[in-house]
Amino acid sequence: MSRDTVTLEVQRYRPEEEREPTWERFEVPVRKEWMVLDALNYVKEQLDGTLSFRWSCRMGVCGSCGMTVDGEPVLTCTTYLDSLPRDRPVRVGPLAAFPVVRDLVIDMSGFVAKLARVKPWILRQEEPPADGEYLQTPAQLADYKQYSMCINCLLCYAACPIVPLEPDFVGPAAIALAQRYNLDSRDQGNAERLDVLSQHDGVWACTFVGECSVVCPKDVDPAGAIQRYKVEATAEWFQSLLMPWRGKS
Amino acid sequence: MSAGPPANPDYRPYQPARYQRRMPIFWWLGRLSYTKFITRELTSLGVAYAAILLVVEAAAVRRGPAAYAAFVEWLQAPWVIALHGFVLLVLLFHTVTWLDLAPKALVLRVGGRRLPDLAITVAHYLAWAAISALVFWLLVGR
Repeated sequence: MSRDTVTLEVQRYRPEEEREPTWERFEVPVRKEWMVLDALNYVKEQLDGTLSFRWSCRMGVCGSCGMTVDGEPVLTCTTYLDSLPRDRPVRVGPLAAFPVVRDLVIDMSGFVAKLARVKPWILRQEEPPADGEYLQTPAQLADYKQYSMCINCLLCYAACPIVPLEPDFVGPAAIALAQRYNLDSRDQGNAERLDVLSQHDGVWACTFVGECSVVCPKDVDPAGAIQRYKVEATAEWFQSLLMPWRGKS
Repeated sequence: MSAGPPANPDYRPYQPARYQRRMPIFWWLGRLSYTKFITRELTSLGVAYAAILLVVEAAAVRRGPAAYAAFVEWLQAPWVIALHGFVLLVLLFHTVTWLDLAPKALVLRVGGRRLPDLAITVAHYLAWAAISALVFWLLVGR
């Protein structure tokens, strides 16, 4: 293999042809500063148009092109081919833990249903302000901003061993996004979300492996969000035990 | 590309056939961080053992001096000392990793600014040292 080509080993799954996925190799010429996604697009355009994968923005913003490259969940549009060992084929598979629709395309409907359960939008008990504008200080913004950076790329679900072991686990991104709203000064939905998050398949299914935060391309730190919520849920439980007359905050 | 791909006899048009990978039993050997995680989880057994040992000791005290003397003699057997040396290492590993994780869960604000992770970790270590010193004083110092 010459220096300027790379062997891609891509997982194929064509349900009309095969029951289980297989691996297929492609030789791809490498241009300077090519990403894994560029190599996949070369395969699709020049070698095999039937290869299926998702991508959109090519700049690490849309969260569509998450795949498993050499065993690691990554965004293929931000992973340089030069950063990978070249003495063996670069293995590209779909994100682990998700059902595979075809080739590198996963079925993310399970995640979307989990996300909806935590109500990731601003909930109000009181009427919104009369002039229609919520005021917020920079410090109040800083409380949740980190969690608002999530792009739903699902790398955290692929890195988490609990997600496939406990399929009902709400999961890292959805809990981080719940915290994004819980910590927002405009939101009043903590009690509603508590019902979902404080269940076993909410934060308590998490055993704090911590890999979700390691692989997150946006430094959202979902593991931190979950552990913080465990402290919060415990405090809430103690308060409701000691002061049962007190309403949920 | 192969010519004339073999058909999957189970395939029904318009009925999605998703492939779901099964989690292998030894999934925790596949990644160093998973192995570390399982090791940490296993050290919980050491914590449980230490708690049970304390209960057994208290029970021996309650049964009287003879029972307590027998318990102390058992503690001095070489294999028990070796076992408890190992349990001590396990407990230290568990404690250190636990305290290092503390700043992840605890976000404290002082005067509107978030306390740095290091301050929270150091505070935990100081509390650990203070409580250990108190226990040491109760057992030996008085």
